[in-house]
Amino acid sequence: MKSEVMTNIIDGSGSEALLKVRDLSLSFFQYTSGLRQTELRIISNMNLEAYSGEVLAVVGSSGSGKSLLAHAILGILPSNSRLSGSMEYKGQSLTQEKKEELRGKEISLIPQSTTYLDPLMRISDQVTGSVEKKDKGLMRERQRDTFQRYNLRPDVGKMLPHELSGGMARRVLVSTALMSSAELIIADEPTPGLDERSLDETLRYFKDMAKKGCAVILITHDIEAALKISDRIAIFYAGTILEEARIEDFTNEGENLRHPYTRALWNALPQNRFQKMEGHQPMQDELNGGCVFFERCSIRTEDCSKDIPQLKRIGEGLVRCNNVS
Amino acid sequence: MSTAFPMNNKGLLRPLNLRQRTILLIILMSLLVITILTSSLYMDSELLSTNFGSKNLAPSLEHPFGTDWMGRDMLARTLAGLGLSIMVGIFASTISTLISVFLGLFSSMGKTADSIVSWLVDLFLSIPHLLLIILVSIGLGGGATGVIIGVGLTHWAGLTRVVRAEIKQIKTQDYIHISRNFGKSYVWVARKHILPHLIPKFMLGTILIFPHAILHEASVTFLGFGLSPHEPAIGIILSESMKYLSAGYWWLALFPGLSLLIVVLAVDILGENLGKLMDPKKAHE
Amino acid sequence: MKAESKKLAIFTTKKILKLICLMAVVSIASLWLVDQSPIDPVSIYIGAMSITPEQKAILEEYWGVNTPAHEKYLNWLGNVLKGDLGDSLIYRMPVSDVIKERFTASLALMASAWLLSGVLGFVLGIVAGMKNGTWVDKIIKTYCYILLATPTFWLALVMMLVFSVHLGWFPVGLGVPIGVAAEEVTVLDRLKHLILPAIALGLLGVAPIAMFTREKLIEVMSSDYVLFAKARGEKGFGLVLRHGVRNVALPAITLQFLGFSELFGGALLVEQVFSYPGLGRAAVEAGIRSDVPLLLGIVLISTLFVFVGNLIADIIYQFVDPRIRQQEMEA
Repeated sequence: MKSEVMTNIIDGSGSEALLKVRDLSLSFFQYTSGLRQTELRIISNMNLEAYSGEVLAVVGSSGSGKSLLAHAILGILPSNSRLSGSMEYKGQSLTQEKKEELRGKEISLIPQSTTYLDPLMRISDQVTGSVEKKDKGLMRERQRDTFQRYNLRPDVGKMLPHELSGGMARRVLVSTALMSSAELIIADEPTPGLDERSLDETLRYFKDMAKKGCAVILITHDIEAALKISDRIAIFYAGTILEEARIEDFTNEGENLRHPYTRALWNALPQNRFQKMEGHQPMQDELNGGCVFFERCSIRTEDCSKDIPQLKRIGEGLVRCNNVS
Repeated sequence: MSTAFPMNNKGLLRPLNLRQRTILLIILMSLLVITILTSSLYMDSELLSTNFGSKNLAPSLEHPFGTDWMGRDMLARTLAGLGLSIMVGIFASTISTLISVFLGLFSSMGKTADSIVSWLVDLFLSIPHLLLIILVSIGLGGGATGVIIGVGLTHWAGLTRVVRAEIKQIKTQDYIHISRNFGKSYVWVARKHILPHLIPKFMLGTILIFPHAILHEASVTFLGFGLSPHEPAIGIILSESMKYLSAGYWWLALFPGLSLLIVVLAVDILGENLGKLMDPKKAHE
Repeated sequence: MKAESKKLAIFTTKKILKLICLMAVVSIASLWLVDQSPIDPVSIYIGAMSITPEQKAILEEYWGVNTPAHEKYLNWLGNVLKGDLGDSLIYRMPVSDVIKERFTASLALMASAWLLSGVLGFVLGIVAGMKNGTWVDKIIKTYCYILLATPTFWLALVMMLVFSVHLGWFPVGLGVPIGVAAEEVTVLDRLKHLILPAIALGLLGVAPIAMFTREKLIEVMSSDYVLFAKARGEKGFGLVLRHGVRNVALPAITLQFLGFSELFGGALLVEQVFSYPGLGRAAVEAGIRSDVPLLLGIVLISTLFVFVGNLIADIIYQFVDPRIRQQEMEA
């Protein structure tokens, strides 16, 4: 029942999404002292849609489990995790088998740091990836082209990961995504601690990918970076999406934004009102069944503490709040 | 949406969870070792007496492990030998633990002390264990004392390393600095603050040393440097059995060794599972 | 490059000093221990023979019973520095000759066992790690636990019982056939006598390396870079081969070199069971019959042996692994 309603809400916007994520929940099993088993919820009832030719930013604070969303889409979660909900890719259910078939071909991940590169393997071998002998020459050529495009000297290919500078490493990681004909690119926190120029440069790569027809999901903690290139922004908070809004809604005082948290985020930016937000994001064990934003909300009512509000469509965006319309 | 809820087990027929399995294994293994030890301590000495009427019998219902060339029941000899091994193992691993307690705490007292300890650890790891035990045994004139001290003196290096690392970590905690600032002595801090944290580690350490200790004791005794030939030690039994191998008396060698293996395995499993219970990170496989 | 050669020089100097210091401490401690022994070597030698007091005095002189320990040590040290390890009392030939002959035999045994345990252990570890949690993994793990709990000499005994006594495939003990002149012993004969002890010793060495490889592989397979490789479509055995084996091999080889001490201890026992004429058996003989010069020589050579193993492990760690090299360059 619930998911049917959800389908209707989300499908309200015309064209078909390349990737649809519905009601996704993710939890981990852990052992605590004395070997008692516990379950830790990281993501709950998450919904997302990625469209070809668009950049969708998923913005949330560091360490909130955003990366695991990428891992869930690619089917590379650790074995002590439990995933529920559904995913659709090109209108077909995205099962684990399907993920294994598609990843590296149609779906690409751009990881966040050099720890995602094999420390004992030459860069060129890593960028071309594991390929059959007959394709080797072709892939080598493509790798050289990509390196040239990203301003990487040919000898970078002969280096080991620890020999790369920060900037080189980032370009190498981005170039891995271009080795296949990916249609969906997931960039996981690709812009940590970059100066203005490198940031813009990196972001431009993603915009270019989207222009070529890819769907790009940019997972980041940096809302300013997201604002520069995204078409839509999803706000990730305490394991779920509070709002998904089009980029045009982020203007003026944020009066087009629907959720109080998004508005507060917007107004906290230095170029806007630079208003500090009170409180902190709740840890998973501090949640008590109500709206995850309840503690910090300015427009809360009694009802908000009872159930998690449903995600609903308002205009061009989605919002998870009882008190806006 | 509260998270971190414990998993409930409903009904007895559900398979045991990891915690229950671990505790069950610990209890079973402890029972096995205790049974062997008590049965060897309270064994009727009649069983070990010679009886030339029943020499070299193959295993049967009456003598499950067979009899030797003097007609002694091999099951009784094996049990007595295991009891002896366990006793030697307990003494030797206690000595090793005490040495690592002392050296571990000593290493916490300063840079020089620490480098002395790490030098000692290196030194003891650079001679083959078995050779060192033999040397100590020779020095003490063989027998139980020689073997206990020899084994005890050679098994502390690993635990000392663990303890040193642990102490380094504890020492970064604030309350240690505060105590030192209040003018408490190193010895006071070591005794009051560091030692209590390490006691579980030491207990587990002793159990983990134990299997190595009994294996080494049996080896040294087998080579002729350990317990005296008059004792019913496993090493003696097996070294005697060598003379009868070509005669086809296979049971003289097979069962005593297998029993020793089982005891060692039991203590290994015991230590492993206790460790899991104390440090859940190890259970995440 | 300059930093590299400077590092090498410091490394070498340190290691040489360490070796000298180690040898000194080990020899003093060993001699002191043996000298403490209440066992009287002369009466062991005499046994049931009846001899005159004069003969006894000569024997005591030969065994050095009445010389004080420090004097014995200084004499011994003086000779060692001249390259003379003394004469073995029981074999009645120079210690260096005994060691040369015996160590060659032991080395053949230990090297084949080392290779066997290394290869078998690594393969089993990789398979178990790859199949982590499945029944294959459980079988390999159980097998390793049992091996770790197995008394070395007992395994050797059982193997001899099965393969030599019952099946008659291999000779019962001794490095060469009895009653054959040394020059007539063929390579095949030696090999025949080597196989069973080497397998016994090798099998016991499998467990530590297999467990280590398994754990290391599991660690590597849950690393970020393997995750990324998976995200790029790599999977199965190809993935393990491309990233797992590459990253596990070096630490595993290092561990195998660190195991020289256990290897020597194991050889001591296995040689005893199979009457294999190696250094281990000589050590036992020397120990039981108080042949102090030979015992000291063996202690020194085995310490050197273990030292070399540790040294190679250190070299691999500091000079071969590119990650460590890089870290040092930056520091």
